[in-house]
Amino acid sequence: MSDNLQRYTIAILSHLALVAAWHFFIVLGKVPTFVMPSPYATLHALLVPNYRWIENITVTAIEIFGGYFLAVVIGIGIALLFSWFRIVEMTMMPLLVTLNMIPKVALGPLIIVWFSYGIGPNIAMAFAICFFPIVLTTARGLREVEPDLLDLVRTLKGSRWQVFIKIQLPGALPYIFSGMKVAAILAVAGAIVGEFLGSDRGLGYLMLQVQVTLDTAAMFMAVILITLLGMILYGIVLALERLLVVRDARI
Amino acid sequence: MSEPFIHLSGVRKIYRTRGIEMLAVSEATFDVDAGELVSLVGPSGCGKTTLLKIIAGLHDHDAGTVRIGTKEQPFNPARDIGMVFQQPLLLKWRKVIDNVLLPAEILGLPLAASRERARDLLRLVGLQGSEEKYPYELSGGMQQRASIARALVHDPKLILMDEPFGALDALTREKMNLELLHIWQQAKKTILFVTHGITEAVFLGTRVIVLSAGPARMADNFRVDIAHPRTLDIKTQEKFGEYTRRIYHLLGME
Repeated sequence: MSDNLQRYTIAILSHLALVAAWHFFIVLGKVPTFVMPSPYATLHALLVPNYRWIENITVTAIEIFGGYFLAVVIGIGIALLFSWFRIVEMTMMPLLVTLNMIPKVALGPLIIVWFSYGIGPNIAMAFAICFFPIVLTTARGLREVEPDLLDLVRTLKGSRWQVFIKIQLPGALPYIFSGMKVAAILAVAGAIVGEFLGSDRGLGYLMLQVQVTLDTAAMFMAVILITLLGMILYGIVLALERLLVVRDARI
Repeated sequence: MSEPFIHLSGVRKIYRTRGIEMLAVSEATFDVDAGELVSLVGPSGCGKTTLLKIIAGLHDHDAGTVRIGTKEQPFNPARDIGMVFQQPLLLKWRKVIDNVLLPAEILGLPLAASRERARDLLRLVGLQGSEEKYPYELSGGMQQRASIARALVHDPKLILMDEPFGALDALTREKMNLELLHIWQQAKKTILFVTHGITEAVFLGTRVIVLSAGPARMADNFRVDIAHPRTLDIKTQEKFGEYTRRIYHLLGME
């Protein structure tokens, strides 16, 4: 068995073991369903048509992926501006640090006042929460150029563009990805927080609805689906990293 | 006598930081003939790296003249310098061969021909078979060989080396010294080799220029009268000992 296959097998087994432990905990401990549902009851919640799972999953996925995508594009874009124009970095970076200190949750009521509620404001929330780490790591990565390497290019009278495209940007990629990985986790949290604060659709919204009726199984299912969405996003980022960054350079 | 390839006369460099002036190089005057391998030796902080960077055109100087090239061997500042640093500084995300090709890409040289040349150079530095590897798959010595190939790929007339073997272990260093002599004889380049290793300076150099620190100044400049090709055996020669003693004496380390 290859090394990779072995690792995947073990990873899957450990997840199955967790589900099994959960199952036996409920059955042997005689835990009431409204406190904690069994894996089977959780799966069963998917069959309630009223919960409109597909629609709610789609809405949350759009919020997570939309906010994340915006954060990656705008975050990397701003970091590039920082590296090209020092004055932009000097004026905007301290501002960003301050703005990032604002607890995004505290902005929730304001966002609702400004934009009402819906997918748009929740995308904004996901964006706001995961944008900063991307700016920070990308800016850092673009700064990390060996001075001697710059000298090497300068002796060849290479242009700034050549430095950027051949050395600076590929050198920054591992940093960009480390920021993107942190941001992927934050984007999920951002979208759900947005839905908690005010929305009429999405998995977070559904959780608040079923909380009232004490349908714990549906709440569990929603949490699992949110987690899955996060794992898909994280998996895409990891796959991209494998494609673009040489093994040794990954951080 | 023919014109020297490099001519330095009265070169002086002062660093100014926070109002404090520091004399980095004072009155550097020496000539280097085309095809020579000249060692610049001295303690840390004696300005040898600064001097190298002035010659490379990376630093300005405050006084004196620097002239490189002759009528027969004109010098193009953009094309004719190859640099090797203490660290190999290979780009982690490029294969060895693509690292060697970097200067050719920057200069916009025809890539197919450069690739061929890069392969030849990798063979010359003993890295045949490693072309498609990534830097992390190579040892420190092998990485430094690749960086020497990179310095040669655009066929520059002058190679500037700044303590290139300083980060290697003693045995690898000896081996690289022999390799460098071999490469120098094959490639027929003018090489300026900055080092703080006194035996290394004598072993490699057709000439040794000694710089002393505090204040930075040129302390000596002499020919090493030991024939090439050299082997490690020459280190046991009487003459070799005299040369190294001479440098130790100049640097007050007897």
